Order: sequence, then structure tokens, then C-alpha cells
Amino acid sequence: MTQIQDKPLAAGRKAKTAGRLGRPSMFSMLLRDKFATVAAALLGVVILIAIFGPALMGELATKQNLMFMNKPPFDPANGWAYVLGSDSLGRSMLARLVVATQTTLLVAVPAVLVALIIGSLWGVWAGYHRGRRENISMRIADIIMSFPSLLLAVVVLFVFSPSAANIVLILAITRIPIYMRTARAESAELQSRTFVDAARTFGTKPNSIILRHVIPVVTPTLLTLATLEFCFVMLAESSLSFLGIGIQPPDVSWGLMVAQGRQYLQTAWWLSILPGLAIVITAVAANVLAAWMRIATDPAQRWRLTLDKQTKKSLTAVIKDAK
Amino acid sequence: MLTYLRKRIISSAVPLLVVIVGVFALARMTGNPAALYLPLNATEAMREDFAIRNGLDQPIWVQMAQYFGGVLRFDFGSSMRTGESAADMALRAFPATLQLAGTTMVIAIVLAVIVGSAAALKPNGILDRFCSFLSMTAASIPDFWLAIVGIWVFAITLGWVPTSGVMGMAAWVLPVATLVMRPFGTLVQVVRGAMVSSLSEPYIKLARSKGATEYRVVGAHALRNAAAPGLTVAGDLTVGLVNGAVVVETIFGWPGIGKLMIDSILQRDFAVLQACVLLTAVAIFILNILIDVGYALLDPRVRPSAGAHKRRKARSEFRGQSNGPSTPSAPTANNPAAAVLDA
Repeated sequence: MTQIQDKPLAAGRKAKTAGRLGRPSMFSMLLRDKFATVAAALLGVVILIAIFGPALMGELATKQNLMFMNKPPFDPANGWAYVLGSDSLGRSMLARLVVATQTTLLVAVPAVLVALIIGSLWGVWAGYHRGRRENISMRIADIIMSFPSLLLAVVVLFVFSPSAANIVLILAITRIPIYMRTARAESAELQSRTFVDAARTFGTKPNSIILRHVIPVVTPTLLTLATLEFCFVMLAESSLSFLGIGIQPPDVSWGLMVAQGRQYLQTAWWLSILPGLAIVITAVAANVLAAWMRIATDPAQRWRLTLDKQTKKSLTAVIKDAK
Repeated sequence: MLTYLRKRIISSAVPLLVVIVGVFALARMTGNPAALYLPLNATEAMREDFAIRNGLDQPIWVQMAQYFGGVLRFDFGSSMRTGESAADMALRAFPATLQLAGTTMVIAIVLAVIVGSAAALKPNGILDRFCSFLSMTAASIPDFWLAIVGIWVFAITLGWVPTSGVMGMAAWVLPVATLVMRPFGTLVQVVRGAMVSSLSEPYIKLARSKGATEYRVVGAHALRNAAAPGLTVAGDLTVGLVNGAVVVETIFGWPGIGKLMIDSILQRDFAVLQACVLLTAVAIFILNILIDVGYALLDPRVRPSAGAHKRRKARSEFRGQSNGPSTPSAPTANNPAAAVLDA
């Protein structure tokens, strides 16, 4: 067993000293994986559109033009504004998609961040202390998990105003247990390790052990989870908007656009299909990036991304021989 | 087994109680149903009469006490909308959801095991890359969008299947196909990962070296050890489906528990909503026990009844030897034994 593991490691070390790489940066590792590079670029474009798009095309998105009702997309005769077609009020689909990008991300990103921070800190704390604090925290997570989130959404919609901030709140609360469970499991395992014991022996306070020794170790796992969760939260927001209990008109999100276009499906397919495609592409990109992060942040697998093609080939051959 | 069951019931009772109380309170926060059920020009007297008839004039804790008193006598109240017993309505809708969830999960698991194992045979090969991309796409497609596209292509344009309803086999195709996507995509990734790691274990080498067919090595030896993580994820996904695939049930007009739940939320039909929540909670509780039993069947180390005894035995044996990976319940010990017996 040790022999099998030693060979590629030795070869890897040789390759590293031969090349100019010491410990490769995340960026150079990203460029090694073509799929991940494309995914990261796509997400970057989506984020740029979300930040700058509405300022450029906001007016166009609300401008109605009854001469251009339900124009099909990809028809150069209609001019660049209608390149993706227009809706039943003659508004440009391109501009509306751009504005919806911002709404969608403004819900998904804060929801993921809030859930990530609260859930991870709580989970790490519970896992580090074990005992009663752990049990109570996990029961709370169970309760949140088994609560019908739709009901929560409807309550917030009717009791408070149906704003984007409230949807962020609901999505964050319902996703906190996911991070809690992962963080608790990891930190419960870590707190029995020797280096944590050593810190404890030197009289370090629990909070600073958590902050300095536990959190840095669990962060990569949790960040990967957050990338996957971004995909889930975006889909959840679309579903809520689709059911009419998420983003409310005149605001517009991708999910809401799919819902609004549903009744025109037979006459104007692009009203539903295009925003749906936007959701799918963004979600797939986030998924691919998460898969790459899982490898890049795992010390046992990272070597796959640090080597150039030639060494990788010989390495794989070495591993095969060893097997 | 009985101790295990008792522990399970006790640890699930508190969250269940909190959820029911929470649903009870939250449902009443969504507003007074009188506005929905009475005509616009209803007089004040009519409103009061409505509130008294439905017990809504009482303080909320009195209502809650009455409700729990009823639950103990298996009386779950009646629907404000139809006057029917809430329990009957929930129980009538539940089989439709269970059938849908069952069919979906069986198809998703079978497909995921085949595709995931095929992908794991050559990690990072062309087939593997294609399968991961396929599974990621499948897991990322929003179900409501897929449902709409499916209706547009297969029901409206091609006319092969009905747009909604439960009549006949054809009506099942679109809802099941829509629901299968996400469990399938998620499970393929889990099965693939678990298969890759279990195919590199020593017992696989042993099984190969004593001449077992590749089919048997992958299908029997590797799959059994790779099944545990798959079971966890499949369990979580099934829980999601049993909770009611609200969106898909709404779009396809499927008379399941998810549609009943969203309808009763929107109609402020409190009794029906509570009955639905209670029923799905009980179903999920039973499902979780089944998953634990499945675990125990797959992996002897986690069998609850024998667990304490075995652990103690394993520990004493571990102390006996300096090099202790060969405790009787160690992960690799079972399958090589089986592999040798095969030869």
C-alpha cells in the first residue's frame, strides 16, 4: 500500500522541481482544467452582467413597443435590441434577461453567504464542544429541515412584504442546516486530532482554537458546498417565483420570466425557454466549478491539477503499473 | 431493535412536536380565512359567525389545545373548503405522491447505478467525463422548466402524451421523467465517487486475482461497499419527493400531497394543511427507519443491536495486537472472505 502511494508522490516531486512550480496557485490550477476554466469564465460573465447590465439596459427592459410584440429571436431585421426576441408587450427579451440576472443573483448570493457564515460557525462550534451543545444544535437543524419551507415562504409573503430581502431570509434559514451538519461532522472529527490537543494543552481558549485551527481546515469543504448550494438556492428562488410566492412583478427574475412566458408557450416559445436556459447554464457552471474545487482543495487529489499533460500521462501509467 | 426503535421515537418526537406547533402558529399568521370564504359584501355578523363556527374566535393557545385533544382521538378537524375530514383528504392524496415518488426513485437508482458504475471503471476517461457532465446538467435543470418544455414538445407539438392528469400509463411519462432528473444526476455523482474509491481497495484486487468475472467484481463486490453513501443520498432525495413534489404536481395536475398542501396554504385551509404536515412527517419518520435498516443490511458494522457488543470485542482485539486493521468487523474483512468462497 505504501509503495503504491509513494511512487506517484516521488514522481510528482520530481516533476515539481523540474518545472518552475513550487506550490501552484489556484489560478494556474484552474487553467489546467478546461471545463472548470469555461465554467469560471461563464460565471464571471454572469456576475459582470448582473453588476453593470441593468445600468446599461434598464430603460430598454421596461420600454414597451407595441410594434414589436412577440417578435421571434435571432431575426436581424428587428435590430440588436430584439436579438433575443420580445415579449407580449414588445419589451426586449435581451434587456429583460439582463435585468433579471441582477435580481436572481441578488437573491441567491446573499442567501448563500448568510447561510454559509451562520451555518458553518454554528456547526463548527457545536462539533468542537460536543455533548449537550451539539445535541441541541443538531435537533434544531432537524426541526428546520423538516419544516415545510413553502409555508414559511407564504407566511413571509403575506405577513411581511414580499421583497427580495425576505426571500433571501427564507432561503438562508432553510439552508443553514446543510452547512451545520457538514461543519459539525468535520469539526467533531478535528477536535480529537493531535494538533488541536496540543493547542488545548497550551491553554488556548476554545474560541481561538476554533478560529485558528479548526476553521482553516474546514473552509475548503464548506466553500465547495456553498458553490453547490448556490445552484440549489437559485433553483429554489426560481421555483418560488414560478409558484407566485417569490419575486413579484414588476421586478423580474429568471424563474418569474419562465412563469410569465408559460401561457404563451404555443405562440412564443422563447419567453419561457430562454430564461430557463439561463438558469440551466449558470447552474451547470456552478456545478462544474464546485467539482473542480473539490479536487483543487483536496491535498490527496490536488496533484492531478498541478502537472502538465506529459507528466500526468507518465504518472497515470506509474499508478497503473503499481496497481 | 426495540431499544433502537424507542430511541428513534423519542429523538424524533420533539422535532415533530415543534414542527406541528410551528405550522399551527404560522398558518394562522397568514391571515383570516374569512376574507377568502365569505362574499365581499359580508356583514360583520356573518364574519363573527364564521369565526365562531370554525373556532377562530378563541385565543390561539385554546385552539391549539383543542387541536391536540382532537389529534389524540384521531380527529384531525375538517376542511373549511369542502367540509370533508382533513385526514381523509390527506390520506386520499398521499398514495398518488407515494406512487410518483416510488416510481421516480426506482428508475433514478437503477439508471444511476448503471451510469455511475460505468463511469467509475475508467476515472477521467472519455465516458467518465461525459457522464459527469450529463449528471451535472441533469441535476441543474429546474424541474418546472423541464416540465414546461416537456409539455410543449411531447404533449402539445407531438401529442404523444396528455398534458396533465393521472389517467393511463402515458400520463405518468412526463411527471416521472421530470422528477427523475435531479435524483438521477445527484446519485450518479455519488455512486461514481464511491465506486472509484471502492474499486481501488485491496479486496477488489483479491477478487480479480482469484479470477472473478469483471461483471461480478463490479456488480457484487464493489457495488455493495459503494452502496452506503448512495443509500444516504437516495434517502434524502426520497424524503424530498415524499414531502410532495409541489411544482411538478401543480403543473401536471397530479392530485398528490404537495398540490394539496400548497392549495390548503393558499386557501387558508388550516386543518388540511396540518393533516398533510403530520402525515408526511410520520411517513418520513418511517422512511428514515427503513433507511437505517437498509444500512444495517449493507454494512454489518452499523447494526444497532449487535453494535455495542461488537465494538467492545473489536476494541479488546485491537489492544491485543499491535497492528490492528484486521478486527472482525473491519471494512475489508467481509468481502475478501466472500471472494475466496466464490473461487
